[in-house]
Amino acid sequence: MKAPSVPPADVVTAGWWDATREHRLAVQRCAECSGVQHPPRSLCIHCGRTDTLRFDTAAGTGVVDSFTVVYRSPVPDTDVPYVIARVRLDEGVICLTRLENAEPDAWRIGDRVAVDWVDLDDGRALPVFVPAPR
Amino acid sequence: MNGTGVAIVGAAESDLGVTDQPILGLQTQAITRALDDAGLALRDVDGLATTGISRFSATQLADWLGIQPKWTDSTFAGGSAYEMYVARAAQAIRAGQAETVLVSFASNQRSARSRSLGGVVEAHTPEAQFETPYAPLYPLSYYAMAAQRYLHEFGATREQLAEIAVAAREWALLNPKAFRYGAGPLTVEDVLAAPMISSPLTTADCCLVTDGGGAVVLTSSERARDLRKTPVEVLGYGERTTNTSMTAVDNLTLTGAVGSSADALARAGLSISDIDVIEVYDSFTITVALTLEALGVCGRGEALDFIQDGRIRPGGQLPLNTNGGGLSYCHPGQYGVLLLVEAVRQLRGECGPRQVAGARTALAHGTGGILSTHATVILGVDR
Repeated sequence: MKAPSVPPADVVTAGWWDATREHRLAVQRCAECSGVQHPPRSLCIHCGRTDTLRFDTAAGTGVVDSFTVVYRSPVPDTDVPYVIARVRLDEGVICLTRLENAEPDAWRIGDRVAVDWVDLDDGRALPVFVPAPR
Repeated sequence: MNGTGVAIVGAAESDLGVTDQPILGLQTQAITRALDDAGLALRDVDGLATTGISRFSATQLADWLGIQPKWTDSTFAGGSAYEMYVARAAQAIRAGQAETVLVSFASNQRSARSRSLGGVVEAHTPEAQFETPYAPLYPLSYYAMAAQRYLHEFGATREQLAEIAVAAREWALLNPKAFRYGAGPLTVEDVLAAPMISSPLTTADCCLVTDGGGAVVLTSSERARDLRKTPVEVLGYGERTTNTSMTAVDNLTLTGAVGSSADALARAGLSISDIDVIEVYDSFTITVALTLEALGVCGRGEALDFIQDGRIRPGGQLPLNTNGGGLSYCHPGQYGVLLLVEAVRQLRGECGPRQVAGARTALAHGTGGILSTHATVILGVDR
């Protein structure tokens, strides 16, 4: 996909976006209860603590929970079709993303995927997913 | 059958379809017609519940109507808000805070061309950073992913899903107010051949985009007995709020309608098999399949088998979305208020060729956002 416009990070999400500058996919984890969550928040939705959250580097692999091939984009001048998906990371959280590097109609629920990166103009990068190497 | 002690005593639609009216013009039509239906006047109204007008929706409406209500609610929950308003209005009336409450909604989204494929994204929300950059259609792509997952998980077919749109059209052909009244029947082949927007859903799996609105009037059951029409008792209500993001809910095919309908039925002292007419928000065909299962009409993964053979068409065993639904009757954006209007009319026996004979109980279930909010109301008449 072409680099989209993405709002700036804020103090809660800065650590997650900073990791993307090094093409690392981060997952927020609670040091107290080990719960993971996405997107980043300022409290742990599993135990309620606010002072125990940190960013772990995820393995960058997961499985397609579901997907849809979009034929009419809400964004002008966007090439269609493209594939929107929910990917369940091996760490357990679900991310919204694009599936790339395969024919849109070839994707199946349950496919293994690996992270890839779309570099943004400001140095950050947006994670997308591609077929996992066999 | 338990009552809450509160009844719906008036119900009406505004003009529907393409109206060239402003939002408050359509609100006025719905409100004055619902009050006429009840035999009440604006001066009797001391409670207002509405949204979709402006940032201060109920306040704006009070100003427009020239009244100073004792109670208002502008809970913003998308299409389920109107079922939530019935619950809150019933509580306010029981608590003595208000005597007569108007619940209303209207939109001119077709005339005003105000609907966008990507929805409304607020830049300060997590979704703006973590979802919108990928350009999902909002809400369609979420429902499309739910449909994809449903077909995968339960081995159902795309053709079976189309039956929901086909049946809605059959009902609309019996409703002169329906946008697709006179459009002729829809076939499974038509649904599959319609332009694909967000797979596996085609344009024919998606609700209409029309103008329209509605209003219902609530008061105590005791006062309702002295009014013009057969009181429609509020028997039960329940709700669940689950997500704004496309990633928070772990299982796409299991919705908050499970809890909201269980609470509503328990409060009414009824089971789903006691319900004569079901009106559920059909934003998309898949919404209906998921909701029917959540209501307990059939088991998980069974909805598409269950509805074949005309079961949800006119004359079938399960009268569903009897006005033609958001798919073929009217969809002004937050359709939930029109579910209530149709349920009331069915229970009063006012529905002409689409009337469900002898209907004494009805269930209205609203769904808002991306399967985000869920609210159920159970209604009944003594006759």
